[in-house]
This record gives sequence, C-alpha cells and structure tokens, in this order.
Amino acid sequence: MTSLWPQLEPLLAQVEKPARYIGCEDGALEPTLSAGDVAWLLVYPDTYEIGLPNQGLQILYELLNEHAGAIAERAYAPWTDLEALLRDNGLPLFSVDTHRPAGEFDVLAFNLSAELVYTNVLNCIDLAGVPVRAADRADHDPIVIAGGHCTYNPEPLADFLDAVVLGDGEEVIAEISDVIASWKGAGGVERQQLLMSLAQITGVYVPSLYDVRFDGPAVASIEPRYVGVPARIEKRTVTDLGEWPYPKHQLVPLTEVVHDRLNVEVFRGCTRGCRFCQAGMITRPVRERPADQVRTMVSEGLRRTGYDEVALTSLSTADFSGIEQVVGDIVGCGDNISVSLPSLRVDAFTVGIANQLQGGRRTGLTFAPEAGTWRMRQVINKLIREEDLYAAVDAAFSQGWRRVKLYFLTGLPSETDEDTLGIAALARNCAAIGRKHTSGASVTVSVGGFVPKPFTPFQWFGQNTAEELTRKMYLLRDALRRERGVQFKWHDPKATLVEGIASRGDRRLGAVIEQVWRRGGTFQEWSEHFDLNLWLDALADHGLSVEDLVYRHRAEGETLPWDHLSAGLHKDFLWQDWRDALAEVGLPDCRWTPCYDCGACTGYALEHVVASAVPPAGGSQGTGQDLSTGGWVPVELVGVRP
Amino acid sequence: MIRFRLRHTKLGKLRFISHRDIARVWERALRKADMPVAYTAGFSPRPKLAFGLALSTGHESMAEYLDIELRPDEGLEIDVTTLPERLNEQLPPGIDVTAAAPLAPGTLSLQESVTSCTWRIEVPGLAPAAVSDLATAALAADALVLTRVRKGKEVTDDLRPAILSLTITGPTATGTELEAELAVHPRSVRPAELLRAISPGHPLVEGRVLRVAQWTWRDGARHEPLATSQPPREDPDVRPRVAAAVERAQPQPFGERLLA
Repeated sequence: MTSLWPQLEPLLAQVEKPARYIGCEDGALEPTLSAGDVAWLLVYPDTYEIGLPNQGLQILYELLNEHAGAIAERAYAPWTDLEALLRDNGLPLFSVDTHRPAGEFDVLAFNLSAELVYTNVLNCIDLAGVPVRAADRADHDPIVIAGGHCTYNPEPLADFLDAVVLGDGEEVIAEISDVIASWKGAGGVERQQLLMSLAQITGVYVPSLYDVRFDGPAVASIEPRYVGVPARIEKRTVTDLGEWPYPKHQLVPLTEVVHDRLNVEVFRGCTRGCRFCQAGMITRPVRERPADQVRTMVSEGLRRTGYDEVALTSLSTADFSGIEQVVGDIVGCGDNISVSLPSLRVDAFTVGIANQLQGGRRTGLTFAPEAGTWRMRQVINKLIREEDLYAAVDAAFSQGWRRVKLYFLTGLPSETDEDTLGIAALARNCAAIGRKHTSGASVTVSVGGFVPKPFTPFQWFGQNTAEELTRKMYLLRDALRRERGVQFKWHDPKATLVEGIASRGDRRLGAVIEQVWRRGGTFQEWSEHFDLNLWLDALADHGLSVEDLVYRHRAEGETLPWDHLSAGLHKDFLWQDWRDALAEVGLPDCRWTPCYDCGACTGYALEHVVASAVPPAGGSQGTGQDLSTGGWVPVELVGVRP
Repeated sequence: MIRFRLRHTKLGKLRFISHRDIARVWERALRKADMPVAYTAGFSPRPKLAFGLALSTGHESMAEYLDIELRPDEGLEIDVTTLPERLNEQLPPGIDVTAAAPLAPGTLSLQESVTSCTWRIEVPGLAPAAVSDLATAALAADALVLTRVRKGKEVTDDLRPAILSLTITGPTATGTELEAELAVHPRSVRPAELLRAISPGHPLVEGRVLRVAQWTWRDGARHEPLATSQPPREDPDVRPRVAAAVERAQPQPFGERLLA
C-alpha cells in the first residue's frame, strides 16, 4: 500500500481545518502490513472532530492492531471542501494514520451512531472507489461492515452494507477478522462464500441473505434465503468489562475535538428503564468496571495523555457503585484535575458529588429530567420528582456552578400542552433556585423532538409531526421568552422528521438514501447542509410517505423491519411496557430489585455486574419516594400496576 | 517569579495545526513533563503561558517562542540545560525545543518586543532570475501599495517600509525560494501579502513558507528574543532538521508499543 501524503499535502493548504487530516495523534499507530493480514479501515462517517473521540472506534482500533493477522487504521468523512478537491484530483478517501487509499483495505468498517450520517456512509464508500451497492461489488472490493447503536435497525442501509454487527464489538471483531483472513488465504474469490461464513458468526447479520416482503406500509415477512442462514440474529454482549480495559492508549488529537479529555467508561448498560431510551434497552445488562480498574485507567491515562480533565462515561454515571469515593480519589490525585460526569441523573446527584467535582474547574453541569410533569415522567419511566431536580440544581449552584443545562424531550406519547409547558415551569423554578446562590445563574433548556427507536417500548408509537413539534417548541419559546436567566434551545423538528424516517424505516429506504446522496445531501446532521426537501422529494419519487414511515402508530401484531434481529429483549415485554406507559405505571430498576425477565439477561445466561447491592443514597432513585438516606431497596413504586 | 523562554520548531505535518492547537499541545506536554507551571487564580485556573506572534496554519517555523511561568517553590529546581530534552520527550514530532533560557525580571513580552521576522517563501513555477527581478524592483520602489478588505471595508497600505530585506536563496524543486525580513509594526505583514505586493499584475502563488527567525531591536542591533548560545540555524537547508523531526516521529513497531 502506498501513501497518498505527497498528493494530499498541497490540497491541505487549501482547506478549512487541515489538522483533521494529518493523523499524528498521541496513541496513533502506523501499522505495517504483512502478507495475509486483514487490513481494516475504521471509518467514522462524520467529521474528525466528532469522530475521533468515539470510544467504540478507538477500542476496536487497539484490539485489531493487537490481534494476530489484522491491522487497523482510521478514516473520517472529509469535509465538503476537501471532498471536492479529492474528486477534482482523482484522489480517494484515505486513512489518517498512513494516508493509504481506502480502497486498498480489506474491510471498510463504519460506526453508525446517528441516522443523519447515512448519506455520508454512501459518500465514503463511493470516495473509497467502491461500488455503493453491495450487490455491485466484486470479489476484490473491500467488505463493507457497520456497527454501533443504529445497527439495531440496519434495514435502511441494507442495500449498501455487506454485513452488520450487533452489540459489543470486543470479541466478535476478532472472529470476523479471522473468517476474512481464511477466505483471503484461500484466494479471496467467491464473495458470496465469505458472506455465508460471516453469517455463521453470532452477532453478524448479512442483509443480502434475507428476503423481505412488504404488505402496504408494513413489512410482511423477513426470511433467510438459504438453508443454514440463521432466522434470528442475536446481539453480542461482553460479560465482564473488567477483562476489557480499553482503550489503553486513548488517542490524543492535536486539534480540538468534542469531548476533548480523557474518557473512561465506568459501566456499560443501564436498567433504569427509561422507555424512550434505546441505548438503555439494547445495552443491558449493567456491567460495572471494577472501581480499582477505573482508578488505574484514570491515573495512568492522565499521566500518559497530559489531559487535565477526565470524564467517567456511562449511560448514568451517578449510578456507579461508590461513585463519590471514586471521584474523590481522582480529584485527590493531582492539581487542577477536573472530573466530568456526563449523563447525570438528578435523583442521584447529591451535594456530596457536587462537592467532590468542585476540586477542579467547574464547567457547566447538565441534567436530563426529560419531561416537564410527573405524569409525563411516569409515562416514560423516568421517575424523578420535581424535588429531586430542585435538590440537584440547588446542590450545583450552592457548590459554585453558575450554569446548568437541562435536557428535555417533547412529542412523547400522550403528551399534552400542560406537560410541554411543565418544562417552562421547571426551568423558571431552577433559575430562581440559582439566583439564591448567584446573581449570574443561568439555566439553559435544550429541547429535542422525540424519535421512537427500535427495541424500545415506544417502537410502536407514531412520532409527532414536524408541524406539531414546531408548535410545541413555539409554545415553550413564548413561555420562556421573558424568563430571567433562562435560555431556550431546540432541535430542528425538520431534522427530527428525517431521523424518524431512518429510525424505523425498512429496506425500501435504500433508494431514498441513495437519491439524497446522489443529489448532494451529505452532512445532513449539520444545519448548513441539512435539506428536508431532498428527503421529501426522494420519498415521493419512490412512492413512500412520512405518514407511513414516521407518523403512523404500529399495531401489536405488525412485523417490524427489525423483528429478525434481537437485543435479547422479549417483544411481549416491550409491548407490556408500552401498555404500562400509557397506563402511567412505572417499572423499577432491576439491578436492585427482582428480575422482571425482559430477556436481556435470561436469554443469554447473563447477570448484572454491580458492586453495590443497594442504590446510591439521595433523591428518589427512580422510585418517586424520598430515599434521601439511601441504601434501601424500595419494594413498591408510586403508581404500581393495578 | 520564575520565567523561562523557549524556542521551538513547527515542522512537517504539524504545520497544519492552528495557533490555538499549539497552545493546547503545550499545556498537555508541560503536564506530561511534570513541570511546575504556575496557574492563574480564579474560577477557571489556566497555566501561565505566553505565546509570541501567531504563525498561520500551514506555515512552518524554526523560530517559535513561548514564555512559561513556573511556581516559585519547585520552579527554582528546574535545570535549564536539560529542559529542551525533557520537554521534547513529551512533544509531538515536528515540535522541537531548540533553546531555553531564563527570563530576567522585567523582560518585555514577545508580543511587545519582536520587531521583525525572517521568512523563507517558496514561489513555485518561477525561475530565480524572474523572482530576483521582482525583488529588485520592489526594493527600488518608493511605495508598494496593497489593498485588502478588512471588516468589510477596503483598506490601503504601503508595504514598502515593512520590507526590510529581500534575497533569493536559491532554486527549489518547483520554483524559487525567497528570503524576506518583514517588519511586525505597524502590523505584521504576511508572506502572501508580500507576494501580492511585489507582483501586482500577476499574483504569485505561495508555496511552502518557513519562519526562520524572529528579531528584537536592542542597542541599535537586531537580536534573537532569547539570550542563548544556541542561535537559530542560518543554514538555508533546513531539511536535515525536518528529517530529524520526522525520524523522531517514527513510532515503535506497533506490537511492542501496545505491549509496553
């Protein structure tokens, strides 16, 4: 393989932010390729600043480079200015590690973490010089694979992907690499044979091996086309995070990226059971990293990288057993070290944690109450009381924070205007609490439109129309307009609509995505490039409608486009949880209470890995009851099932 | 107050990172080297670092400067002779500390004291004789007027007083290398502006640009802003140093690196 650097170098002098394309990060590798090695190009289909910090991609990068017979490099979607120059000069997509052409790799592996990047996936495949449609690829073309949360409904991209990986990648990546290596060793011909072999690996889905039939707007059936192809594809789950202390050498970029800090994953999975949250459903069960390993990864990581900030990442970090102790140890291990805890639950955020965090610099704090009224929070099973939120905000402001950000969703099932306006009331009260401590108290309210996701209890719910979401956003904007110390931000309902199209779409969307891409619709998650009309035109041209794809409620018996895939969750559990949601009935957190058999543990003979048998102290801990002393398992929930 | 001034390079692929990026690289490198850097007090403590004139993204340099303030307690123990080596171990390839010296109390900041910079500017597609003619004409001119758009308004400047010297330093693989000493006041003249000013009819393309030196004016003579026995290289061929930087960039074989 040859480096394109000499040809790229003069082009970089002409583009915005050329540091995106140079590699050279601390921790980057320049692997040498031996005969027979499987060369992976891990592609993040968005800009370098967004893609570089992705932990999944960094974990696979290290694991593949440690694995005998494989090497891995990285690529990110070139911004439109460089893409134009590449195309003008006949140059392809390239790796940032050695600047080798993408088409010379054996595998192009995409990370799919958001629906709006789908057109970028096609663009990257095309820029690699590879046919965008899997059916058009020849034996010598790279295998195109995808992983990440969006692969729980990969159907919209089924025409373009050779294979899709469900679940944790740590173990399956080596199995895939070995299958490709032996196929390559046998001459690398008969691509279909390779696809059949890949389909035998648990967690690997090969879309071209399945026939999908349709019945009006719905899917009628999804069936394997060949004997020996599994009818149902189960996700992969790593049982013990302690065995996977990765990334060991987190990449330290030379230019500014999002989450530009040391990131240490403290647990995977979440059983709080928020019904809108796909991540919490598909990553079960909870697997905590041993606290000592967290401490080691933090102290070694800080020393190696030179960062002065560490984020303890998970879906709800305040739930980590002994979190106050761990944060205290980190803050105590160096001067000016700041700890950030993304995804803080307000009912688990205490003065104790706030006090620990103030050791270093105080950046803003973000809480996610998600909904404005207790009724609405019962529907979504985010059982935090208003008092929990106020106590958390009070703790934050009392410990010196001046900025608090609150995340909410609107367009939730059964939402009324009273629920929507409840968001404004909460924000107003939080700002008033802040002013008790500091005159400059600022509360930012960030509201997104709700997009129902596969493998959640809300997968049957018809999404609010873009017009309805806009109306609700305006309602809030007007209610908050004169509110002192409150800033209101909202996600564009038009973008929410397109997310909804891709979120629960089926294979017929392939032609739509391809048309949007061919008409220049890349970087759709960037407001300056997003173009709803491209999508609406493409849907109309292919006889599809947003009513069918997005706004329609699904029926109980309907075959969903992802019914042949499995995150372990029983469909009847999800349906019951959906009925409970509409009945405003909560469901407790099963890591501290008896199992209700959602399927994520029982189906795979797994168990939670949680150091503490009881919930952390403080707030209501998802019960709606006052558990400020903590340490006791609630046996009854407010609003229990009748 | 204990302060050091460092001179460092910015060469190779690293030339594509911005001035702000360089500041972050330094903050991390100083922490990795366990340097007792002084921090500002207040809500968001920042390390006390003072950078000199910004270098445009894409330009290389042999002579970037940085002032570091150390904590009075541990800062006294820092050995200036081993400082470059200690920092280079933590800096990315292409950024090499080539000199370090303590700063006397009351020394003016880099921003206040630097008066001119020497640049090597590659002009692709033109032979040395052609560039030489342009340079000679420019130096003979009474005024070199350049119009540029600034904050939406057209501004006209005479660049001639800012051009302190122009020399042809030789042919390159694709054109000619021009050495220029350009004044920093009343405003910093960019190499691209020089190329526009000396050839108004046919704008010259800016190839590789290297800042070779920065100068301060003291006692009627120009000096490097750092009192040191290690002068910046005057050798027109900087390639050996680039090669050395690139060589340092070579990672260990990846197997060993991961096992380490």
